[in-house]
Amino acid sequence: MNTVVALLRKELLLERKVPQLVPAMALFSVTTFVVFHFALQQREVDGDLAAGILVVTLLFATILGINRLYVADREEGGFDAFLLAPVDRTALGVAKAITLFAFLVLVELVMLPAFAILLLGPGMGFEVVGKLVVVLVLVNVGLSVIGTLVGALAIQTRARDLIGPLVALPLLVPVVITAARALSPVLDAGGAGALEGRWLGVLGLYDLVFGLLAYALFDFLLED
Amino acid sequence: MTYGNRLRVTSVAAALVLLVAFALAFFSAEIEADQGFSQKIFYVHVPMAIVTLGAFVFGAVMAVMHLRTGESRYDLKSYVAIHIAIVLGVGVLVTGAIWAKAAWGVWFEWREPTLVSFLIVFLLYCTYQPLRFSIEDPEKQARYASVFAITAGAFVPLNFLAVRLADPYIHPRVLNQGGGDLPASFRPPFYLALLGMTLLFAALYQYELSHKNSRAQMRQLRRKLGGEVEASGRSAAPQVTGA
Repeated sequence: MNTVVALLRKELLLERKVPQLVPAMALFSVTTFVVFHFALQQREVDGDLAAGILVVTLLFATILGINRLYVADREEGGFDAFLLAPVDRTALGVAKAITLFAFLVLVELVMLPAFAILLLGPGMGFEVVGKLVVVLVLVNVGLSVIGTLVGALAIQTRARDLIGPLVALPLLVPVVITAARALSPVLDAGGAGALEGRWLGVLGLYDLVFGLLAYALFDFLLED
Repeated sequence: MTYGNRLRVTSVAAALVLLVAFALAFFSAEIEADQGFSQKIFYVHVPMAIVTLGAFVFGAVMAVMHLRTGESRYDLKSYVAIHIAIVLGVGVLVTGAIWAKAAWGVWFEWREPTLVSFLIVFLLYCTYQPLRFSIEDPEKQARYASVFAITAGAFVPLNFLAVRLADPYIHPRVLNQGGGDLPASFRPPFYLALLGMTLLFAALYQYELSHKNSRAQMRQLRRKLGGEVEASGRSAAPQVTGA
């Protein structure tokens, strides 16, 4: 546990001193909204389209993050230093997942207001925000778990910028399906609809299964 | 050490069972009232899809064994199973598209969760070879490929669940809790075709496995004799070090 906290402090300190990932992901997501505006030729979106744009933008921003998540550890010797320490290796995975989760929350703090101002037709009242938070927490867990696993897998390959997104995208399709389905009534033009339990259930199940799997498998991605 | 002793038996059995199954399908099973003759592709498509998904899960189980024991033969088994499953997966998508065109008039139907799930799973497994290919160290390659195979193996049922929930289905359910939509005269050829397809997978699996093993043995013998050993080209397959 202490190891996780120490590693987490290191990650957050690094991002605070030299902000890299969070600003890049936030900027990317705002730019993506602009791209969507022109590509779809819509001034305002709601319902299915709004949910889709939000989820896809978050997904692509995450993929950007996954690609960079371990670069410092690989290039500046973070992995070697960590492997020399007599600590449980899974701690690094847990710390990375929490880091990615925190980054995603920070990105969403920029992304959601930008989305509300730039594209979203119906207003973003307290009820909508509350439901968005519920879904996005579950989505973020799934994204961070898969991101941690796939990032660690891809960083050791020769074509890591290629392998990461290639593997992560199909793996994250269930998250996209459930999140888009859950959010589409919430962002409906006729006022926020109810959250459907089954989508949250599948998202939760996905988070649980891949969380346990990542916890069990992370070890094997570090040994050297 | 010799390899592929059972190859002949499995190959002949696969050919025979598939032949009988298709003969039954064409001559004994009734013509389906709704779709007519085009429904016969079902006896190829469905068993092939079931065997493909089963092979992905088998690959995941072998990958678990590899990570647990660290023995490279399990990695080879996992690789061969997934490799052949990808090849069969192409067959599933092609036969599925033909059937969809005949039954619904389109090559691909997004409202059909089984088809969509299969495509997603197939796309995921398509990254297995590039992943192996881009890791040079053989030991690390094997370990990472196993991690991928396990993750993807767990992904198969979860993905089917998510996609199934997302859409009302129009795909005929072949097997379900209520015994399925299968009329009685369709059953013997279907189960035989499933058995035949499993045997076909087993035969192909043994072929590739014994090919890999005997080639490694050959190289080892050549080296012992002091002959020229041709450099093995770049390959994503696990390198077998002779027994």
